[in-house]
Order: sequence, then structure tokens, then C-alpha cells
Amino acid sequence: MAIAHVSPGTSTHVNPERTGRRIPYLLMLPGLLWLFIFFIYPLINLAETSTKTRAASQETGAFIQTYRFANYLDAFIEYQDQFLRSFTYAFMATLLALVISYPLAYAIAFKSGRYKNILLILVIAPFFTSFLLRTIAWKQILGAEGPVVSALRALHLIGPDTTITASSFAVVMGLTYNFLPFMTLPIYASLDRIDPRLMEASGDLYANGLTTFRKVTVPLSMPGVVAGTLLTFIPAAGDYINAAILGNPTTKMIGNVIDSRFFRIVDYPTAAALSFTLMAAILFLVIIYIRRSGTDELV
Amino acid sequence: MSRWFSRNLIRIYAVLALIYLFIPVGYTMAFSFNDAGKRNINWQGFTLDNWKNPCGAPDICVALGNSLKIGFLSTLVATILGTMIAFALGRYKFRGRSSTNLLIFLPMATPEIVMGASLLAMFVNLNVNTGFWTTVIAHIMFCISFVVVTVKARVASLDPKLEEAARDLYANEYQTFRRVTFPLVLPGIAAAALLAFSLSFDDFIITNFNSGTITTFPKFVWISSIRGVPAQANVIGTAMFLIALFIVIAGQLIGSAKAKRKS
Repeated sequence: MAIAHVSPGTSTHVNPERTGRRIPYLLMLPGLLWLFIFFIYPLINLAETSTKTRAASQETGAFIQTYRFANYLDAFIEYQDQFLRSFTYAFMATLLALVISYPLAYAIAFKSGRYKNILLILVIAPFFTSFLLRTIAWKQILGAEGPVVSALRALHLIGPDTTITASSFAVVMGLTYNFLPFMTLPIYASLDRIDPRLMEASGDLYANGLTTFRKVTVPLSMPGVVAGTLLTFIPAAGDYINAAILGNPTTKMIGNVIDSRFFRIVDYPTAAALSFTLMAAILFLVIIYIRRSGTDELV
Repeated sequence: MSRWFSRNLIRIYAVLALIYLFIPVGYTMAFSFNDAGKRNINWQGFTLDNWKNPCGAPDICVALGNSLKIGFLSTLVATILGTMIAFALGRYKFRGRSSTNLLIFLPMATPEIVMGASLLAMFVNLNVNTGFWTTVIAHIMFCISFVVVTVKARVASLDPKLEEAARDLYANEYQTFRRVTFPLVLPGIAAAALLAFSLSFDDFIITNFNSGTITTFPKFVWISSIRGVPAQANVIGTAMFLIALFIVIAGQLIGSAKAKRKS
């Protein structure tokens, strides 16, 4: 009986090829449908909104389609400072996060021994406290009434009117802080995957510690560095919370503009054009970056 | 001394980085015990009142309840949909695989403000009133990709020999999946669900665009931050931190206990 049951070609295994071909599509159908309806379609819709103009009735929120592509140019010219600032801040925050994260990830991967898992949990743990609460905490720690400013004033290191918050420094620091684990975890993951024998081999071939690090460790950790910088840069460039809490009116980022165009001014076409310009700029930079760094395996 | 210092330089650096990560958490925790009333900015003295009465601030527990409900619903749906996609991508070779990978990657590469704004623009155009369900829809949307990526990594790392062994032992396809594949992928699914829940619970930007008049916990914090966040928000933030930490550590312990039993 058993032999008859497993012989190839019996009813349980009719054409696994044909049924197998449909299975992945069926599995993906609901999820992809969700993404099409609530991610792709809204983007198309946003593209459509971006070329509309205010209706003659002047009623709030009423716009008609006029295919006015000059909306993009107008929006870009009006807000080029905020665009430039967003990318500058995001770039600085990404660089700082890399400088902080690489040694941290390196220490966890190679120097932590049996504490490795605990340290990994500690890297993620701060992010279980609300993002807004932590950013507000920074505002109060660095704020005019906070401990840092009071201490610096008492030591006469800063004048009585100098503050740390409401500055571009505070915004960049907030961005760096908030996206740090997005940098640390991918770098850790690629460092952890490195076969230690490769580093030993490098040592056996008379490379000193620094040369081994430069010629073996760093190149092998590049996929993590690329992933980490992207995961930090993208949300940082679109963020407006840090600028709103830790900044001042002269540190406004493009996210702040999109937010106020949407909610306060109810100017959907400009907000849409700005959103698209931001997304296109980010995708452009990301593609160049991925090409340059030669890691296509991300996607 | 200096040799010890240079040998441990990287460890010292790592500890400093971790301290930096924990400064605002420590601050939030400490100020959950502040006897400050509504304006929780300066230290006024130690009290347990905020912990005894976490719902003391008006509307805070309504917001928290909404956040929990939205979090559970979106985690449930996003985990199911995302896991199905992860299995399809991790297990099958089919036409359109790389474009599917791209479609999954795209929401993670899109700034939150663009997703939030575009979804709101669609709801406005369709005359849909934003509120609880539009928020759930939005959260499911941005959680799916993170679930797919997390579960796919686990599916890809499975040893195909284990499934072959199950088939050699006369398990049919369903039994192999039910008894071998699924239990092996389960830790990945659990991690993905935890990630989805924390993303949903902590989301502010997309929520702010699509939630209409209902409040969530981050929205409550944002709105109250204009006048000063009440200490009860610090209590809830600290409690969420401790609960999440407990779940992660328990998961680690269960994982390592299982690994020990097997070896």
C-alpha cells in the first residue's frame, strides 16, 4: 500500500508544475492589491493633483485640472531654500549617524562576546519609547531651562542668552538621534556575516590591524553601510518633526512646507508638486548612490 | 592605563554611544515621577501620583486606546498579507518577481510625508471622511513592506534539507508546511509582527494626515506639546518601553532555551 501511495505521478502530485505556477501569484494577490490601491493609486492621484489650479469659485479646497506643469517650477523656486536645507540636514545627519554607528556596530559584532544579544536589544530599546516623547525630551534637556544650558552657563562657557535648541545644530542632532538604529542594525548585520577567517588570513599575510580593517572589513561591510545610509537619509530628508520641535522658523525643512500647505493653507496642488519633487530628488540620489557603491542586491 | 585605554577604545566608544541613545529615555522615565501637574518641564519633586493615575490627563487614555486598537488591527492584517508575499518571494521563482521586489521596496524609500499626503489627497477626492478606519488602512499599507522584508529573510535562511527530510518521511505538502516550514519561520513572523506594531503605535506623520478628528497617542503628545506634555504621557511612554523590552527579552530567552534543548 505504502509503495503504491508514494509512486510518482499519483493523484497527490498531479502536475505540481502547473498548480505551483499559480501559487505565488495567489499568495501575493491580497497584499499587492492593498499596495496598489493605497500606495500606487494615491501617488498617481497626487501626480494628477499637482498640475491643478484653484477653481474660479475661490472655494477652499476646490481645484480644477489644467495640466499646469509650471506648478512644479513655481513651487521649486519658492521653496528652493527649504529643499536645499532638507538635503543638507539629511546629509549631515547621515554622516554623523555613520560615524556614531560604525564603531558601535563593530564593537557589538566583534568585541562584545556573550553580551552581543543584550547589546543589540539595548540599541533597539530606546525606540520603544515614543519618537515624539524622545524628541520633546531632547528639547527640554537642551532647552533654555534644561540641565545642559544651566551647567554651561554656570561655567561661563556660554553667555546668558545663548541657547542650544531652536537652531540648525539641534535639528541635525535630533535627526541623527532619531534614525540611528536604522544605521546601526544593517551595518551590524553585514559585519556579523563576515567570516572571521578572512580577517585571520589577512593577518597571516602580514597585514596589520589597520590594513585588515581597511582592505577586508570595510569592503565586506559596504552593503550594510549602503543600506544604513539610505534608511537614514530617506526619512531624514522628508522629516519635519525634528525641525518643528528643535528648530526655529529659519530651520524649516521641505516637510514643514508640505505640511502647512496641506493643512493650514489648503493648497493641495503646491503640496502635491512639492511632495513629488522631494520623492523624485530622493529617488534620483538613491539610484546614483546605489550605482556608485555597486550594491544592487538591496532591492 | 593608557594601553588598557587604547585596547578598549572601541568598547568605551560603544558605551558612550549607548549612553547617548538612552539619555532621552532616562529623561522621559525620570519625568514620569515629576510632581509637576500639567507643565512637566522643570523638576518639582518626586511623586507616584502619575503612575497611580495614568489616565489623569484629559483624553490621554482615549488616545492610547485608539493607538492600541489601530496597532492590533493593522499588525494583524499587515502580518498576514506580508507573510504571504514573503513566502511567494522566498519560495518561488516566477515572472514579475523582481518588479514585485521593487514594489515592496518603494514604500520604504518613500518619505512618510509623501505617503501621508497622497493618501489624504485620494480620500479627499473620493469624499471619504478620514478617521479610525482610514488610519488603519494607512498603517497596514506602510507596515506590509517591513513585514515582507523581515519574514523573507527568515524564509530564505531555511535549510531546504529539512523540508526534503519531511517529504522523505511521507509528509504531504500541507503536513510539511504545517509541521516543519511554518514553525521554523514563526520567529520571523513574530519579529515582523512586533516591528509592525511598534511602527504603527509610534507613527505620527501618516496618522496626522489620515486620522481626521480621532486622536492617537503620538497625536495626543504632539497636540499637548504646545502647552507642555503632561507627566502621564511619560508614564505611558515608559510603560510601553518596559513592556516591549520584556517581550523582546522573553523572546530571546525562549529562543536560546529552545536552542539549548535541541543541542
